[in-house]
Amino acid sequence: MRYILLLIPCIASVVTPFYNMTDPMLFGIPFFYWYLMLLIPVSSLFIWLAAKTGGDDL
Amino acid sequence: MSGINVTATAVFIFFFVLVTVMGFIAARWKAGDLNELHEWGLGGRRFGSWITWFLLGGDLYTAYTVIAVPAVVYAIGAYGFFAVPYTILIYPFIFLTMPRLWNATHKRGYLTGADFVYGAYGNKWLEGMVALTGIIATMPYIALQLVGMEKVIQALGFPHEGMTGHLPLTIAFLILAVYTYRSGLRAPAMIAFVKDIMIYIFVIAAVIIIPAKLGGYGAIFDSAQKDFAAQLATNPNVARGVLLAPAQIWPFITLAIGSAMALFMYPHSLTGVLSASGPKAIRHNAISLPAYSLVLALIAMLGYMAHAAGIKVQNPQDAVPQLFLAMFPSWFVGFTFAAIAIGALVPAAVMSIGAANTFTRNLWRPFVNQNMSPSEESTLAKLMSLVVKIGALIVILFLPTQFALDLQLLGGVWMIQIFPAIIFGLYTRWYKGGALLAGLIVGLALGTYLSIGPTSWVPVSKAFFGIPLYNGLTAVIANVIVATLLSFILPANKSDELTEADFRDAKA
Repeated sequence: MRYILLLIPCIASVVTPFYNMTDPMLFGIPFFYWYLMLLIPVSSLFIWLAAKTGGDDL
Repeated sequence: MSGINVTATAVFIFFFVLVTVMGFIAARWKAGDLNELHEWGLGGRRFGSWITWFLLGGDLYTAYTVIAVPAVVYAIGAYGFFAVPYTILIYPFIFLTMPRLWNATHKRGYLTGADFVYGAYGNKWLEGMVALTGIIATMPYIALQLVGMEKVIQALGFPHEGMTGHLPLTIAFLILAVYTYRSGLRAPAMIAFVKDIMIYIFVIAAVIIIPAKLGGYGAIFDSAQKDFAAQLATNPNVARGVLLAPAQIWPFITLAIGSAMALFMYPHSLTGVLSASGPKAIRHNAISLPAYSLVLALIAMLGYMAHAAGIKVQNPQDAVPQLFLAMFPSWFVGFTFAAIAIGALVPAAVMSIGAANTFTRNLWRPFVNQNMSPSEESTLAKLMSLVVKIGALIVILFLPTQFALDLQLLGGVWMIQIFPAIIFGLYTRWYKGGALLAGLIVGLALGTYLSIGPTSWVPVSKAFFGIPLYNGLTAVIANVIVATLLSFILPANKSDELTEADFRDAKA
């Protein structure tokens, strides 16, 4: 479980053909950019979840 | 010298003096015996979660990044954003691997990555090659920090050419060299607080104020796309645009993965991690450091803002300084430029310390003098930190900047090649030291060979079935294949002092 949680943001960051597009836009920002920027805090969340489920000392 | 922006320069100097004083005071912070290498070079491993957050943030997101990433975005667009998936990939990796490395190094008294490699495989030639690769790759990286600093000093109005043009840079760097010599890793750790807070302030201001002046993000992206379309009409050979061209997708993905694999092999990154107070501090940072990645993404956007603001520069690296001059009052320009210049000091200091630590421990000790006392180690490392920095300064003063840029590009390709030796070693000792050494040498040779382009060094080549891949990644695949095959044949490692318990968190 721990490894899957860590793998998800990694895969999401390199499926480039999936996010290489303009629409849907957000505040005039193309999808490519706001997707990647949103993925940054989301990746943090997944690492935190991995720590919680893996029983790592935090 | 009529062209100098007096207000901006005064603010700039104020902050520079502030961090210089801090750099010297830092010697007394969390006091330890600076005549021991683990105190001088790793801050006595006493940096908790917060200090590590500021230090690693200041260390990894360098001044060069602040200048270079938006410069690529300004020049060719979306491709420059590879920095975002790159910095997303590193944190799950750090979370998984670096607590293990910290535990083993702490238990066995290792100070560098190459120390660990020697402990795991008992092969001093592998240890030496790991150290040498790190040092050679770090030198141009330090030189590029100077480029970042020089860009903002020039933008303040100082002359670009001649010895007077280089004088401010030389003075700044010599001051840095002296307080790093004196205070060791405590100096950049303390300065990083100032640097990081300043960067956060200027980035938040920039991404709110500049779009407001330029008509919002929609208008910014439109004008960037318009400029790219015009540039494509005159020069269709260079792909550029707000989205990736099909030919850029594989280079984008592999450059992100390869850069992520390389980053924590650099001596300065490992120095930052190993100076943490424990595995807990490292895990906290794997979760909280992405905040800097967000800042980096916003900084990358500055490249597009420069298009919308009508900034036209010959060298894309001037785009961000010129954007700030056009958008902000002088006092705030001085503040942002100081943030960038101080942003160069922190990584330059940590890099020189990291290179000096590994030179002392993994080249000098095994090959020259096996019986160094702790104070001899510390003295040698201090001297080396000076040598490395002066070397970088000479490169910038006397060689074309392109030389440092090319070497930095090659440095990344080389750095990934020590990934198998360090990271595989955290999980298995099945690999043989000699096999990893052969793989490393093959990787270095192949990576360098692939990077030779027709007119200049190139980061990407068509290695498999015509798919363009990042050379570092192609080379490390060859490296792993060689290391694996030879590990079947070669005899067992001479020593393996590590056990699985060494990698686990110590019971509190």
